[in-house]
Amino acid sequence: MLFEQRSFALAAGDALLVTGANGAGKSSLIRVAAGLLAPVAGHVAVEGQRALLAEAAALDAERAVAAALGFWARLDARPAPDARVAAALDALDLTALADVPVRLLSTGQRRRVGLARVAASEADIWLLDEPANGLDTAAVARLEALIAVQRARGGIVLVATHQPLALAGAQEIRL
Amino acid sequence: MIALILRDMRRAYASGGATLIVAFFLLVAILFPFAVGPDQKLLMRIGGGVIWAAALLAALLPVERLVAPDLDSGTLDQFAVRGVSMAAVAAAKIVAHWLAFAPPLMAATIAAAGLLDLSGETLLTVEIGLVLGTPALAALAVATGALVAGLRGAGAIAGLVMLPLAIPLLIFGAGAIEGGGVGGLKLLAATSLLIVAGAPFVAAAAIRAGME
Repeated sequence: MLFEQRSFALAAGDALLVTGANGAGKSSLIRVAAGLLAPVAGHVAVEGQRALLAEAAALDAERAVAAALGFWARLDARPAPDARVAAALDALDLTALADVPVRLLSTGQRRRVGLARVAASEADIWLLDEPANGLDTAAVARLEALIAVQRARGGIVLVATHQPLALAGAQEIRL
Repeated sequence: MIALILRDMRRAYASGGATLIVAFFLLVAILFPFAVGPDQKLLMRIGGGVIWAAALLAALLPVERLVAPDLDSGTLDQFAVRGVSMAAVAAAKIVAHWLAFAPPLMAATIAAAGLLDLSGETLLTVEIGLVLGTPALAALAVATGALVAGLRGAGAIAGLVMLPLAIPLLIFGAGAIEGGGVGGLKLLAATSLLIVAGAPFVAAAAIRAGME
């Protein structure tokens, strides 16, 4: 049993910060919230579309960044995938890397591309597992700004992290 | 769905998988005459069966690359979060795998038929049989790939799982050449249909079990 007796409710514009030691179950909580893992007991009720940033990049290594993101953007069932990808690349300072194959990216750059996929999806609920891993300070600031924008437009953000992130007025769960 | 098929096809060709399958198929077809000797009558008689056995082994070759990489890279997780059903993903993989290996294989069969000195009539029966049977081979390959994804020694286990299941295809496909005729092809088509219809759901269940 990783954790028990945990419950939380998030409304539009809310954010939840899940913290805890390595192996405490942060990622498992995210996977349960994403519907990828069934909880032993309890339930998850979700309204709206979800977008997930997990540890694995889920990007085709041989494709260019923009093309790899475009594949996912086209699956989102929202209009104008190319425009959404372009906006997300811009928000994460990745426009210069748009034509670079994913396999050449560094850890931090790969993380930012993963965040760009979440941003481009325009989903209501963001589930971010260690989003700040490998990011430099400028990129962390961009991440915080991105989360603020998502909350301002009525979205929900759930973040599991062991690094400090400035999320104004966020709920917090310590596992 | 089309985007998924195109993605898998591009990956199959980019990794050299489709070319490797055809090369492997031709190599097996070339090895048989060395093994049984250059007796023309014997080669003509066993040639159709040789092509079927070679096609089966060639379809088995890329099994490990069909599902496991997507499971490891989190791609299947992303599909699940977007509400794409795993059966649809598996069906797309079957179509993509078939498109990547069957047409080149059927073209290579013409060359193999020349090497084994098959008559035009036999070649036609073999080609019709391959059209009917290769979708089932693709379906079995994807279902097996999903079952063994994440296991140690997946390649060896994949052969043990897939080859017995492909025996009906081999019997009816090769049987149609040796006097079975249209009846053999009909049985082959029926078996193939059954496997293609069931495989996406088997693969989906295996993928879901592997994701947990």
